[in-house]
Amino acid sequence: MSALELHDVHKSFARVEVLKGIDLEVADHEVVCLIGASGSGKSTLLRCVNLLEPVDRGRIVVGGQELTARGIDVNVVRRRIGIVFQAYNLFPHMSVLGNVTLAPRKALKLSRADAAARALELLERFGLADKRDEYPDRLSGGQQQRVAIVRALAMRPELMLLDEVTSALDPELIAEVLGVIRELAGLGMTMLIATHEMGFARDIADRVVFLDEGVILEQGPPDEIFTSPREPRTQQFLQRIIEAGRL
Amino acid sequence: MARRQGERAGFGINSRRSKILDLGGEGGRSVAVAVVSTLVFFGLIVLLVVNSTGWPEVKRSFFDPDIFGASFPDIADAFLLNIRIFAIAEVFILVAALGIAVLRSLPGPVFFPLRALAVVYTDLFRGIPTILVVYILGFGAPALQIGGVPRDPLFWGVVSLVLVYSAYVAEVYRAGIDSVHPSQEAAARSLGLTRMQSLRHVVLPQAVRRVVPPLLNDFIGLQKDSALVALIGPVEAFRQSQIEVAGSFNYTPYLATALLFVLLTIPLARFTDWLIARDRMRQR
Repeated sequence: MSALELHDVHKSFARVEVLKGIDLEVADHEVVCLIGASGSGKSTLLRCVNLLEPVDRGRIVVGGQELTARGIDVNVVRRRIGIVFQAYNLFPHMSVLGNVTLAPRKALKLSRADAAARALELLERFGLADKRDEYPDRLSGGQQQRVAIVRALAMRPELMLLDEVTSALDPELIAEVLGVIRELAGLGMTMLIATHEMGFARDIADRVVFLDEGVILEQGPPDEIFTSPREPRTQQFLQRIIEAGRL
Repeated sequence: MARRQGERAGFGINSRRSKILDLGGEGGRSVAVAVVSTLVFFGLIVLLVVNSTGWPEVKRSFFDPDIFGASFPDIADAFLLNIRIFAIAEVFILVAALGIAVLRSLPGPVFFPLRALAVVYTDLFRGIPTILVVYILGFGAPALQIGGVPRDPLFWGVVSLVLVYSAYVAEVYRAGIDSVHPSQEAAARSLGLTRMQSLRHVVLPQAVRRVVPPLLNDFIGLQKDSALVALIGPVEAFRQSQIEVAGSFNYTPYLATALLFVLLTIPLARFTDWLIARDRMRQR
Protein backbone atom coordinates (compact mmCIF):
# COMPACT_ATOMS: atom_id res chain seq x y z
CA MET A 1 0.00 0.00 0.00
CA SER A 2 1.32 3.45 -0.77
CA ALA A 3 1.86 5.91 2.02
CA LEU A 4 0.45 8.72 -0.12
CA GLU A 5 -1.57 8.88 -3.31
CA LEU A 6 -2.64 12.00 -5.16
CA HIS A 7 -5.20 11.63 -7.93
CA ASP A 8 -5.85 14.51 -10.31
CA VAL A 9 -5.34 17.20 -7.66
CA HIS A 10 -6.31 20.73 -8.74
CA LYS A 11 -5.85 23.93 -6.78
CA SER A 12 -6.39 27.56 -7.75
CA PHE A 13 -5.81 30.79 -5.89
CA ALA A 14 -8.25 33.39 -7.16
CA ARG A 15 -8.01 32.91 -10.95
CA VAL A 16 -4.54 31.38 -11.01
CA GLU A 17 -4.45 27.60 -11.30
CA VAL A 18 -1.42 26.52 -9.30
CA LEU A 19 -1.88 22.75 -9.47
CA LYS A 20 -3.27 21.47 -12.75
CA GLY A 21 -4.04 17.82 -12.11
CA ILE A 22 -1.32 16.18 -10.04
CA ASP A 23 -1.03 12.38 -9.91
CA LEU A 24 1.61 11.12 -7.54
CA GLU A 25 2.26 8.07 -5.41
CA VAL A 26 4.75 7.76 -2.58
CA ALA A 27 5.48 4.25 -1.30
CA ASP A 28 6.14 3.40 2.35
CA HIS A 29 9.68 4.39 3.38
CA GLU A 30 10.20 6.16 0.08
CA VAL A 31 11.89 9.55 -0.11
CA VAL A 32 10.58 11.68 -2.93
CA CYS A 33 12.07 15.06 -3.77
CA LEU A 34 10.02 17.70 -5.55
CA ILE A 35 12.11 20.04 -7.65
CA GLY A 36 11.08 22.91 -9.87
CA ALA A 37 11.29 26.66 -10.19
CA SER A 38 9.73 28.99 -7.60
CA GLY A 39 6.03 29.21 -8.31
CA SER A 40 5.87 25.77 -9.90
CA GLY A 41 3.51 24.63 -7.14
CA LYS A 42 5.82 22.65 -4.83
CA SER A 43 4.76 24.38 -1.60
CA THR A 44 1.10 24.44 -2.55
CA LEU A 45 1.24 20.71 -3.23
CA LEU A 46 2.64 20.02 0.24
CA ARG A 47 0.15 22.33 1.92
CA CYS A 48 -2.68 20.56 0.10
CA VAL A 49 -1.50 17.14 1.28
CA ASN A 50 -2.11 18.00 4.94
CA LEU A 51 -5.19 20.05 4.07
CA LEU A 52 -3.75 23.40 5.11
CA GLU A 53 -5.11 24.38 1.69
CA PRO A 54 -8.37 22.73 0.60
CA VAL A 55 -8.09 21.22 -2.87
CA ASP A 56 -10.55 22.22 -5.60
CA ARG A 57 -10.71 18.81 -7.21
CA GLY A 58 -9.08 15.41 -6.95
CA ARG A 59 -8.38 12.88 -4.23
CA ILE A 60 -5.67 12.61 -1.60
CA VAL A 61 -5.19 9.24 0.11
CA VAL A 62 -2.85 8.75 3.07
CA GLY A 63 -2.20 5.23 4.37
CA GLY A 64 -5.32 3.97 2.60
CA GLN A 65 -7.61 6.67 4.02
CA GLU A 66 -9.01 9.27 1.68
CA LEU A 67 -8.49 12.72 3.23
CA THR A 68 -10.59 14.45 0.63
CA ALA A 69 -13.67 12.36 1.50
CA ARG A 70 -16.61 14.02 3.18
CA GLY A 71 -16.81 14.07 6.97
CA ILE A 72 -13.08 13.57 7.53
CA ASP A 73 -11.78 15.11 10.76
CA VAL A 74 -8.88 17.22 9.51
CA ASN A 75 -7.39 17.46 13.00
CA VAL A 76 -7.03 13.69 13.20
CA VAL A 77 -5.59 13.54 9.68
CA ARG A 78 -2.97 16.18 10.39
CA ARG A 79 -1.66 14.28 13.41
CA ARG A 80 -0.53 11.56 11.01
CA ILE A 81 1.29 13.94 8.67
CA GLY A 82 4.21 16.07 9.83
CA ILE A 83 5.07 19.26 7.96
CA VAL A 84 8.12 21.47 8.37
CA PHE A 85 8.10 24.96 6.90
CA GLN A 86 10.74 27.12 5.29
CA ALA A 87 10.42 29.76 8.03
CA TYR A 88 10.47 27.21 10.93
CA ASN A 89 7.32 28.75 12.47
CA LEU A 90 8.30 27.83 16.01
CA PHE A 91 6.10 29.26 18.73
CA PRO A 92 8.17 32.18 20.06
CA HIS A 93 6.45 32.32 23.44
CA MET A 94 7.36 28.74 24.34
CA SER A 95 10.63 27.05 25.20
CA VAL A 96 11.98 24.32 22.94
CA LEU A 97 10.40 21.71 25.19
CA GLY A 98 7.12 23.63 25.18
CA ASN A 99 7.15 23.73 21.37
CA VAL A 100 7.76 20.01 21.08
CA THR A 101 5.31 18.89 23.76
CA LEU A 102 2.35 21.15 22.93
CA ALA A 103 0.73 19.02 20.24
CA PRO A 104 1.34 15.64 21.93
CA ARG A 105 -0.24 17.05 25.08
CA LYS A 106 -3.19 18.81 23.52
CA ALA A 107 -3.92 16.77 20.40
CA LEU A 108 -2.89 13.32 21.64
CA LYS A 109 -3.81 14.04 25.27
CA LEU A 110 -0.51 12.70 26.59
CA SER A 111 0.35 13.61 30.16
CA ARG A 112 2.92 16.34 30.63
CA ALA A 113 5.48 13.77 31.79
CA ASP A 114 4.87 11.38 28.89
CA ALA A 115 5.03 14.19 26.35
CA ALA A 116 8.26 15.48 27.91
CA ALA A 117 9.81 12.01 27.87
CA ARG A 118 8.93 11.60 24.20
CA ALA A 119 10.28 15.07 23.39
CA LEU A 120 13.53 14.60 25.31
CA GLU A 121 14.26 11.32 23.58
CA LEU A 122 13.95 13.07 20.20
CA LEU A 123 15.88 16.18 21.29
CA GLU A 124 18.61 13.89 22.58
CA ARG A 125 18.83 11.99 19.32
CA PHE A 126 19.16 15.17 17.27
CA GLY A 127 21.66 16.85 19.59
CA LEU A 128 19.27 19.43 21.02
CA ALA A 129 18.83 18.16 24.57
CA ASP A 130 20.84 21.04 26.03
CA LYS A 131 18.52 23.54 24.31
CA ARG A 132 15.34 22.20 25.93
CA ASP A 133 14.75 25.33 28.03
CA GLU A 134 15.88 27.90 25.46
CA TYR A 135 13.42 30.10 23.62
CA PRO A 136 13.45 30.03 19.80
CA ASP A 137 14.92 33.53 19.38
CA ARG A 138 18.02 32.39 21.27
CA LEU A 139 18.73 29.61 18.76
CA SER A 140 20.49 29.73 15.40
CA GLY A 141 18.40 29.19 12.27
CA GLY A 142 19.74 25.67 11.91
CA GLN A 143 18.86 24.83 15.51
CA GLN A 144 15.39 26.32 15.10
CA GLN A 145 14.76 24.25 12.00
CA ARG A 146 15.95 21.10 13.77
CA VAL A 147 13.57 21.87 16.64
CA ALA A 148 10.78 22.32 14.09
CA ILE A 149 11.57 18.88 12.66
CA VAL A 150 11.60 17.35 16.15
CA ARG A 151 8.29 19.10 16.91
CA ALA A 152 6.73 17.41 13.88
CA LEU A 153 8.31 14.05 14.75
CA ALA A 154 6.92 14.17 18.29
CA MET A 155 3.51 13.39 16.80
CA ARG A 156 5.02 10.18 15.35
CA PRO A 157 3.75 10.94 11.85
CA GLU A 158 3.64 8.25 9.19
CA LEU A 159 4.56 10.79 6.53
CA MET A 160 6.75 13.88 6.65
CA LEU A 161 6.40 16.87 4.32
CA LEU A 162 9.40 19.19 4.15
CA ASP A 163 8.80 22.53 2.47
CA GLU A 164 12.16 24.02 1.43
CA VAL A 165 13.40 23.64 4.96
CA THR A 166 16.89 24.96 4.21
CA SER A 167 15.96 27.93 2.02
CA ALA A 168 15.96 30.44 4.88
CA LEU A 169 19.27 29.26 6.32
CA ASP A 170 22.77 30.65 6.03
CA PRO A 171 24.91 28.31 3.89
CA GLU A 172 26.99 27.10 6.82
CA LEU A 173 23.86 26.03 8.71
CA ILE A 174 22.32 24.00 5.90
CA ALA A 175 24.43 20.91 6.51
CA GLU A 176 23.18 20.30 10.06
CA VAL A 177 19.57 20.32 8.90
CA LEU A 178 20.26 18.11 5.90
CA GLY A 179 22.06 15.76 8.29
CA VAL A 180 18.87 15.39 10.32
CA ILE A 181 16.84 14.64 7.20
CA ARG A 182 19.38 12.03 6.11
CA GLU A 183 19.08 10.41 9.50
CA LEU A 184 15.30 10.32 9.13
CA ALA A 185 15.62 8.71 5.71
CA GLY A 186 17.95 6.15 7.27
CA LEU A 187 15.29 5.38 9.87
CA GLY A 188 12.83 4.62 7.09
CA MET A 189 10.65 7.73 7.34
CA THR A 190 8.42 8.30 4.32
CA MET A 191 9.12 11.81 3.09
CA LEU A 192 7.97 14.21 0.41
CA ILE A 193 10.54 16.96 0.19
CA ALA A 194 10.33 20.21 -1.77
CA THR A 195 13.86 21.46 -2.19
CA HIS A 196 16.26 23.68 -4.09
CA GLU A 197 19.25 21.68 -2.85
CA MET A 198 19.87 19.59 -5.95
CA GLY A 199 22.99 17.89 -4.59
CA PHE A 200 21.01 16.83 -1.55
CA ALA A 201 18.06 15.65 -3.65
CA ARG A 202 20.36 13.61 -5.83
CA ASP A 203 21.93 12.10 -2.75
CA ILE A 204 18.90 11.29 -0.64
CA ALA A 205 15.95 10.81 -2.99
CA ASP A 206 14.65 7.47 -4.15
CA ARG A 207 12.79 9.38 -6.79
CA VAL A 208 12.89 12.95 -8.08
CA VAL A 209 9.76 14.67 -9.37
CA PHE A 210 10.07 17.73 -11.58
CA LEU A 211 7.14 20.08 -11.23
CA ASP A 212 6.60 22.72 -13.88
CA GLU A 213 3.75 25.23 -13.90
CA GLY A 214 1.48 23.01 -11.85
CA VAL A 215 2.02 19.71 -13.62
CA ILE A 216 4.46 16.86 -13.07
CA LEU A 217 6.54 17.01 -16.22
CA GLU A 218 9.00 14.26 -15.48
CA GLN A 219 9.96 11.89 -12.70
CA GLY A 220 12.40 9.08 -12.07
CA PRO A 221 15.48 7.98 -10.15
CA PRO A 222 17.79 10.92 -9.34
CA ASP A 223 20.60 9.69 -11.61
CA GLU A 224 18.27 9.60 -14.55
CA ILE A 225 16.68 13.01 -13.91
CA PHE A 226 19.91 14.81 -13.14
CA THR A 227 22.12 13.27 -15.84
CA SER A 228 19.78 12.56 -18.73
CA PRO A 229 16.48 14.45 -18.38
CA ARG A 230 14.13 13.81 -21.29
CA GLU A 231 12.01 16.95 -21.24
CA PRO A 232 13.45 20.21 -22.62
CA ARG A 233 11.94 22.14 -19.67
CA THR A 234 13.73 19.90 -17.20
CA GLN A 235 16.97 20.34 -19.13
CA GLN A 236 16.53 24.12 -19.08
CA PHE A 237 15.78 24.14 -15.35
CA LEU A 238 18.80 22.01 -14.48
CA GLN A 239 21.00 24.06 -16.80
CA ARG A 240 20.07 27.20 -14.86
CA ILE A 241 20.79 25.45 -11.57
CA ILE A 242 24.21 24.35 -12.84
CA GLU A 243 24.96 27.88 -14.04
CA ALA A 244 24.08 29.15 -10.59
CA GLY A 245 26.60 26.70 -9.17
CA ARG A 246 24.05 24.76 -7.15
CA LEU A 247 24.62 21.32 -8.69
CA MET B 1 -12.13 63.86 25.37
CA ALA B 2 -9.56 64.40 22.66
CA ARG B 3 -6.82 63.54 25.12
CA ARG B 4 -8.58 60.37 26.15
CA GLN B 5 -8.85 59.21 22.59
CA GLY B 6 -5.19 59.91 22.20
CA GLU B 7 -4.45 57.57 25.07
CA ARG B 8 -6.60 54.91 23.57
CA ALA B 9 -4.86 55.12 20.25
CA GLY B 10 -2.16 53.28 22.11
CA PHE B 11 1.38 52.67 20.97
CA GLY B 12 2.12 55.96 19.25
CA ILE B 13 1.29 58.20 22.17
CA ASN B 14 2.82 55.76 24.59
CA SER B 15 6.18 55.53 22.99
CA ARG B 16 6.40 59.29 22.85
CA ARG B 17 5.50 59.60 26.48
CA SER B 18 8.17 57.14 27.54
CA LYS B 19 10.71 59.43 25.92
CA ILE B 20 9.75 62.26 28.26
CA LEU B 21 11.94 60.77 30.95
CA ASP B 22 14.75 60.24 28.47
CA LEU B 23 17.35 62.87 29.24
CA GLY B 24 19.30 62.39 26.06
CA GLY B 25 21.89 60.08 27.50
CA GLU B 26 24.98 62.30 27.27
CA GLY B 27 25.82 62.15 30.94
CA GLY B 28 26.10 65.02 33.42
CA ARG B 29 25.84 67.90 30.98
CA SER B 30 22.50 66.87 29.51
CA VAL B 31 21.10 66.20 32.98
CA ALA B 32 22.12 69.71 34.04
CA VAL B 33 20.53 71.21 30.93
CA ALA B 34 17.33 69.25 31.55
CA VAL B 35 17.14 70.38 35.19
CA VAL B 36 17.78 74.04 34.41
CA SER B 37 15.36 74.23 31.49
CA THR B 38 12.68 72.47 33.54
CA LEU B 39 13.13 74.86 36.45
CA VAL B 40 13.01 77.90 34.18
CA PHE B 41 9.95 76.63 32.34
CA PHE B 42 7.89 75.77 35.38
CA GLY B 43 9.23 78.80 37.28
CA LEU B 44 7.83 81.04 34.55
CA ILE B 45 4.44 79.36 34.70
CA VAL B 46 4.30 79.66 38.50
CA LEU B 47 5.29 83.33 38.28
CA LEU B 48 2.59 83.97 35.69
CA VAL B 49 -0.11 82.33 37.80
CA VAL B 50 0.93 83.78 41.14
CA ASN B 51 1.10 87.32 39.74
CA SER B 52 -2.30 87.18 38.06
CA THR B 53 -4.99 89.49 39.44
CA GLY B 54 -7.30 86.70 40.54
CA TRP B 55 -4.62 84.59 42.23
CA PRO B 56 -5.36 85.56 45.87
CA GLU B 57 -9.01 84.63 45.38
CA VAL B 58 -8.17 81.37 43.57
CA LYS B 59 -5.62 80.54 46.21
CA ARG B 60 -8.19 80.95 48.94
CA SER B 61 -10.85 78.80 47.28
CA PHE B 62 -8.64 76.05 45.77
CA PHE B 63 -5.57 75.81 47.99
CA ASP B 64 -6.85 76.04 51.53
CA PRO B 65 -4.63 73.77 53.64
CA ASP B 66 -7.10 73.54 56.52
CA ILE B 67 -9.98 72.47 54.29
CA PHE B 68 -7.66 70.09 52.46
CA GLY B 69 -6.70 68.45 55.73
CA ALA B 70 -10.29 68.30 56.95
CA SER B 71 -11.81 66.89 53.75
CA PHE B 72 -9.02 64.53 52.68
CA PRO B 73 -9.80 61.56 55.01
CA ASP B 74 -13.45 61.39 53.95
CA ILE B 75 -12.58 61.71 50.27
CA ALA B 76 -9.85 59.08 50.57
CA ASP B 77 -12.40 56.86 52.25
CA ALA B 78 -14.87 57.39 49.41
CA PHE B 79 -12.05 56.79 46.93
CA LEU B 80 -11.98 53.18 48.10
CA LEU B 81 -15.32 52.84 46.33
CA ASN B 82 -13.68 54.04 43.08
CA ILE B 83 -11.03 51.41 43.50
CA ARG B 84 -13.67 48.76 44.05
CA ILE B 85 -15.64 49.94 41.03
CA PHE B 86 -12.81 49.75 38.56
CA ALA B 87 -11.18 46.67 40.08
CA ILE B 88 -14.41 44.71 39.64
CA ALA B 89 -15.08 46.25 36.23
CA GLU B 90 -11.55 45.42 35.01
CA VAL B 91 -11.98 41.72 35.66
CA PHE B 92 -15.23 41.57 33.69
CA ILE B 93 -13.84 43.78 30.91
CA LEU B 94 -10.79 41.56 30.41
CA VAL B 95 -12.98 38.49 30.00
CA ALA B 96 -15.85 40.03 28.01
CA ALA B 97 -13.55 41.91 25.64
CA LEU B 98 -11.55 38.78 24.91
CA GLY B 99 -14.77 36.95 24.09
CA ILE B 100 -15.87 39.72 21.71
CA ALA B 101 -12.46 39.86 20.03
CA VAL B 102 -12.45 36.09 19.52
CA LEU B 103 -15.96 36.22 18.06
CA ARG B 104 -14.87 38.93 15.68
CA SER B 105 -11.88 36.95 14.43
CA LEU B 106 -13.81 33.75 13.69
CA PRO B 107 -13.34 32.88 10.03
CA GLY B 108 -15.78 31.64 7.42
CA PRO B 109 -19.34 32.45 6.38
CA VAL B 110 -20.91 30.26 9.10
CA PHE B 111 -19.83 32.68 11.79
CA PHE B 112 -21.01 35.80 9.99
CA PRO B 113 -23.87 36.48 12.45
CA LEU B 114 -21.51 36.31 15.43
CA ARG B 115 -18.95 38.54 13.72
CA ALA B 116 -21.70 41.00 12.83
CA LEU B 117 -22.93 40.99 16.42
CA ALA B 118 -19.43 41.77 17.68
CA VAL B 119 -19.08 44.62 15.17
CA VAL B 120 -22.44 46.12 16.10
CA TYR B 121 -21.57 45.90 19.78
CA THR B 122 -18.22 47.64 19.45
CA ASP B 123 -19.63 50.31 17.14
CA LEU B 124 -22.48 51.00 19.53
CA PHE B 125 -20.58 51.23 22.77
CA ARG B 126 -17.63 53.09 21.37
CA GLY B 127 -20.06 55.55 19.83
CA ILE B 128 -22.22 56.44 22.82
CA PRO B 129 -20.58 58.77 25.37
CA THR B 130 -19.88 56.88 28.59
CA ILE B 131 -21.81 59.45 30.59
CA LEU B 132 -24.97 58.70 28.56
CA VAL B 133 -24.61 54.95 29.02
CA VAL B 134 -24.33 55.52 32.76
CA TYR B 135 -27.48 57.66 32.79
CA ILE B 136 -29.52 55.40 30.51
CA LEU B 137 -28.69 52.18 32.33
CA GLY B 138 -28.54 53.72 35.79
CA PHE B 139 -31.99 55.26 35.59
CA GLY B 140 -33.56 53.06 32.90
CA ALA B 141 -32.74 49.52 33.95
CA PRO B 142 -34.01 49.72 37.55
CA ALA B 143 -37.14 51.54 36.35
CA LEU B 144 -38.15 48.45 34.37
CA GLN B 145 -38.88 46.79 37.71
CA ILE B 146 -38.20 43.31 36.42
CA GLY B 147 -38.04 40.79 39.23
CA GLY B 148 -34.51 39.66 39.98
CA VAL B 149 -32.91 42.56 38.17
CA PRO B 150 -30.81 44.52 40.68
CA ARG B 151 -31.94 48.10 41.37
CA ASP B 152 -28.67 49.17 42.94
CA PRO B 153 -27.28 52.12 40.93
CA LEU B 154 -23.76 51.00 41.83
CA PHE B 155 -24.42 47.73 40.01
CA TRP B 156 -25.64 49.53 36.90
CA GLY B 157 -22.76 51.95 37.07
CA VAL B 158 -20.28 49.08 36.96
CA VAL B 159 -22.26 47.41 34.16
CA SER B 160 -22.09 50.64 32.12
CA LEU B 161 -18.32 50.86 32.51
CA VAL B 162 -17.94 47.18 31.59
CA LEU B 163 -20.09 47.63 28.46
CA VAL B 164 -18.24 50.72 27.24
CA TYR B 165 -14.72 49.64 28.06
CA SER B 166 -15.19 46.09 26.77
CA ALA B 167 -15.82 47.62 23.35
CA TYR B 168 -12.50 49.47 23.45
CA VAL B 169 -10.53 46.62 24.96
CA ALA B 170 -11.99 44.16 22.43
CA GLU B 171 -10.50 46.30 19.66
CA VAL B 172 -7.16 46.26 21.44
CA TYR B 173 -7.26 42.47 21.71
CA ARG B 174 -8.30 42.20 18.07
CA ALA B 175 -5.33 44.26 16.96
CA GLY B 176 -3.18 41.85 18.95
CA ILE B 177 -4.76 38.77 17.37
CA ASP B 178 -4.35 40.25 13.89
CA SER B 179 -0.69 40.96 14.60
CA VAL B 180 0.15 37.28 15.07
CA HIS B 181 1.33 35.97 11.70
CA PRO B 182 -1.01 33.41 10.08
CA SER B 183 1.94 31.02 9.77
CA GLN B 184 1.74 30.55 13.54
CA GLU B 185 -1.77 29.23 13.27
CA ALA B 186 -0.80 27.13 10.26
CA ALA B 187 2.00 25.55 12.28
CA ALA B 188 -0.35 24.80 15.17
CA ARG B 189 -3.08 23.39 12.93
CA SER B 190 -0.57 21.30 10.98
CA LEU B 191 0.34 19.56 14.24
CA GLY B 192 -3.27 18.51 14.67
CA LEU B 193 -4.44 21.15 17.14
CA THR B 194 -8.03 22.26 16.70
CA ARG B 195 -8.87 25.86 15.85
CA MET B 196 -9.74 26.58 19.47
CA GLN B 197 -6.57 24.92 20.75
CA SER B 198 -4.46 26.93 18.30
CA LEU B 199 -6.17 30.10 19.44
CA ARG B 200 -5.84 29.27 23.12
CA HIS B 201 -2.24 28.02 23.19
CA VAL B 202 -0.53 29.72 20.25
CA VAL B 203 -2.31 32.84 19.00
CA LEU B 204 -3.79 34.41 22.14
CA PRO B 205 -0.70 34.15 24.36
CA GLN B 206 1.30 36.04 21.74
CA ALA B 207 -1.51 38.51 21.05
CA VAL B 208 -2.10 39.37 24.71
CA ARG B 209 1.60 39.90 25.37
CA ARG B 210 1.73 42.45 22.56
CA VAL B 211 -1.27 44.45 23.73
CA VAL B 212 -0.51 44.76 27.43
CA PRO B 213 0.66 48.40 27.14
CA PRO B 214 -2.43 49.71 25.28
CA LEU B 215 -4.57 47.59 27.58
CA LEU B 216 -3.13 49.30 30.65
CA ASN B 217 -3.75 52.61 28.91
CA ASP B 218 -7.43 51.81 28.69
CA PHE B 219 -7.43 50.93 32.36
CA ILE B 220 -6.01 54.31 33.25
CA GLY B 221 -9.01 55.79 31.43
CA LEU B 222 -11.31 53.45 33.29
CA GLN B 223 -9.92 54.52 36.68
CA LYS B 224 -10.88 58.10 35.92
CA ASP B 225 -14.26 57.21 34.48
CA SER B 226 -15.16 55.44 37.71
CA ALA B 227 -16.12 58.98 38.83
CA LEU B 228 -19.01 58.93 36.33
CA VAL B 229 -20.83 56.41 38.50
CA ALA B 230 -21.39 59.27 40.97
CA LEU B 231 -23.93 60.75 38.55
CA ILE B 232 -26.49 58.09 39.41
CA GLY B 233 -26.03 58.18 43.16
CA PRO B 234 -23.17 56.21 44.74
CA VAL B 235 -20.92 58.35 46.90
CA GLU B 236 -17.45 57.82 45.51
CA ALA B 237 -14.57 60.29 45.75
CA PHE B 238 -15.93 62.86 43.29
CA ARG B 239 -19.40 62.89 44.88
CA GLN B 240 -17.84 63.09 48.35
CA SER B 241 -15.79 66.11 47.27
CA GLN B 242 -18.95 67.76 45.90
CA ILE B 243 -20.53 67.24 49.31
CA GLU B 244 -17.52 68.78 51.02
CA VAL B 245 -17.54 71.73 48.61
CA ALA B 246 -21.22 72.32 49.25
CA GLY B 247 -20.53 72.46 52.98
CA SER B 248 -17.59 74.86 52.85
CA PHE B 249 -18.08 76.86 49.64
CA ASN B 250 -14.44 76.10 48.98
CA TYR B 251 -13.10 74.11 46.01
CA THR B 252 -10.06 72.60 47.73
CA PRO B 253 -11.75 69.15 48.06
CA TYR B 254 -11.83 68.90 44.24
CA LEU B 255 -8.09 69.31 44.23
CA ALA B 256 -7.75 66.62 46.89
CA THR B 257 -9.79 64.26 44.70
CA ALA B 258 -7.74 65.06 41.63
CA LEU B 259 -4.60 64.35 43.63
CA LEU B 260 -5.91 60.90 44.61
CA PHE B 261 -6.67 59.98 40.98
CA VAL B 262 -3.26 61.14 39.83
CA LEU B 263 -1.49 59.25 42.61
CA LEU B 264 -3.21 56.08 41.47
CA THR B 265 -2.56 56.68 37.78
CA ILE B 266 1.15 57.45 37.97
CA PRO B 267 2.33 54.00 39.05
CA LEU B 268 0.25 52.38 36.31
CA ALA B 269 1.53 54.84 33.70
CA ARG B 270 5.16 54.25 34.70
CA PHE B 271 4.57 50.49 34.72
CA THR B 272 3.18 50.77 31.17
CA ASP B 273 6.23 52.75 30.09
CA TRP B 274 8.48 50.14 31.63
CA LEU B 275 6.72 47.34 29.77
CA ILE B 276 7.05 49.17 26.46
CA ALA B 277 10.73 49.85 27.07
CA ARG B 278 11.29 46.20 27.96
CA ASP B 279 9.54 45.04 24.78
CA ARG B 280 11.65 47.38 22.71
CA MET B 281 14.83 46.02 24.29
CA ARG B 282 13.73 42.47 23.51
CA GLN B 283 13.05 43.24 19.89
CA ARG B 284 16.59 44.42 19.35
